[in-house]
Amino acid sequence: MVQPLNYLKETASQTAGPYVHIGLIPGMAGFDIFEKNFTNVLVGPNTKGERITIEGRVLDGTGTPLRDVLLEIWQANAAGRYNHPADRSSGELDADFRGWGRAGSDFESGLITFETIKPGVTTDKAGRRCAPHVNVWIVARGINIGLNTRLYFSDEEAANAADPVLNLIDQPARRSTLIATRNERGGKTVYSFTINLQGPEETVFLDV
Amino acid sequence: MSAQAADTDVRHNRPAPSFGDGGFFQRDRSIHPPLHAPGYKSSVLRSPRQALLSLESSVSEITGPVFGHNDIGPLDNDLIKNYAKDGDPVGERIVVHGRVLDETGRGVPNTLVEFWQANAGGRYRHKKDTYLAPIDPNFGGCGRALTDASGYYYFRTVKPGPYPWRNFVNSWRPAHIHFSVFGSGFAQRLITQMYFEGDPLIPVCPILTTIPDPEALSRLVASLDLNASLPLDSLAYRFDIVLRGSRSTFFENRPEGN
Repeated sequence: MVQPLNYLKETASQTAGPYVHIGLIPGMAGFDIFEKNFTNVLVGPNTKGERITIEGRVLDGTGTPLRDVLLEIWQANAAGRYNHPADRSSGELDADFRGWGRAGSDFESGLITFETIKPGVTTDKAGRRCAPHVNVWIVARGINIGLNTRLYFSDEEAANAADPVLNLIDQPARRSTLIATRNERGGKTVYSFTINLQGPEETVFLDV
Repeated sequence: MSAQAADTDVRHNRPAPSFGDGGFFQRDRSIHPPLHAPGYKSSVLRSPRQALLSLESSVSEITGPVFGHNDIGPLDNDLIKNYAKDGDPVGERIVVHGRVLDETGRGVPNTLVEFWQANAGGRYRHKKDTYLAPIDPNFGGCGRALTDASGYYYFRTVKPGPYPWRNFVNSWRPAHIHFSVFGSGFAQRLITQMYFEGDPLIPVCPILTTIPDPEALSRLVASLDLNASLPLDSLAYRFDIVLRGSRSTFFENRPEGN
């Protein structure tokens, strides 16, 4: 016999279900209830950094877009600093940037959009530079526990090549599933992504 | 109303240490439902087939969004009143309360808890829900709260009804309330569902029974809490939520330890 370790057990996850919008984006469910709502717009008028749009879709194992998926993103500011007390790095905080947002996919097209800024370079615990990236969390009907992934940027080739997380992926061909493609559209910078939940182009998901 | 359990570290029975900057405890995936759970049919095409890439926590994972009281409104945790148009919603009036803890037993203070549910007849106020049970004109079905310094939260609502869904020909969800919880780091982010003690639909639900561990399943079932009920007003249910624990950094690049 050994003495028990009295840790508690994490509460089990359950799917967010098809009506996740009621709780997290009630306007999409079709009603207005809260005075203040969380949105897919991470920038305010005074946010520092390069304004970008991130847009894309999440596809199921048949290549069909999920039209009831919800994404949250969490990212550093333009100086590479997360707006949280556990980030002890030296980059300057941006008072007009929380670094978090959520978006539901369009009920018809499945398109998901965020308005944000391009994050700066961060540093991991070993002091290695991490390529600019956005942390992504995906929930939906049929997804039993939220999926974590990252979104990197196609115009950061050198930084991506040295990124410690991308380099953990055994198959170099799979690294590209995390890289969003930069386009210019109507004077705006748009990064496009596709998240494949399943299949030959399956996105790399992380056990964080 | 309050639940003032002492905020102690269960391992050592001493006051909890302050926030550590280490990573989170590895997630025990055996207590969570698998991504591919064929009895819950929509999971079949929406589950990765490749293994997840395990990642040691870095600043991206141990940090997460911070919320404050100016993010929410005074009625946000009162589903009896937050969508009332010409009266109160119909249904069993209940209070749901509990604490958000981490695996070491520390309360998780000042964290955002969001919740949503169907009305007493099992109908959701959602443009995609076409169940024939009617909408309640005085019930929206969502709310949110910030935990206090000890990790405590509460809200009041009506008990949701079961509802049918297209999985097997005759599948019905048990009465449940969906919960979304943040914690202090993005790797603690969790969505789950709370069920009600004694509901006979629990053991036959294709979603709930995706959880392989019976004890993990039972922890999603809220107990009737008569002590917290409001006489002549509302019954109460108790639901504690446990998020991943975090360790402080002992050695990595910090030979001085903690």
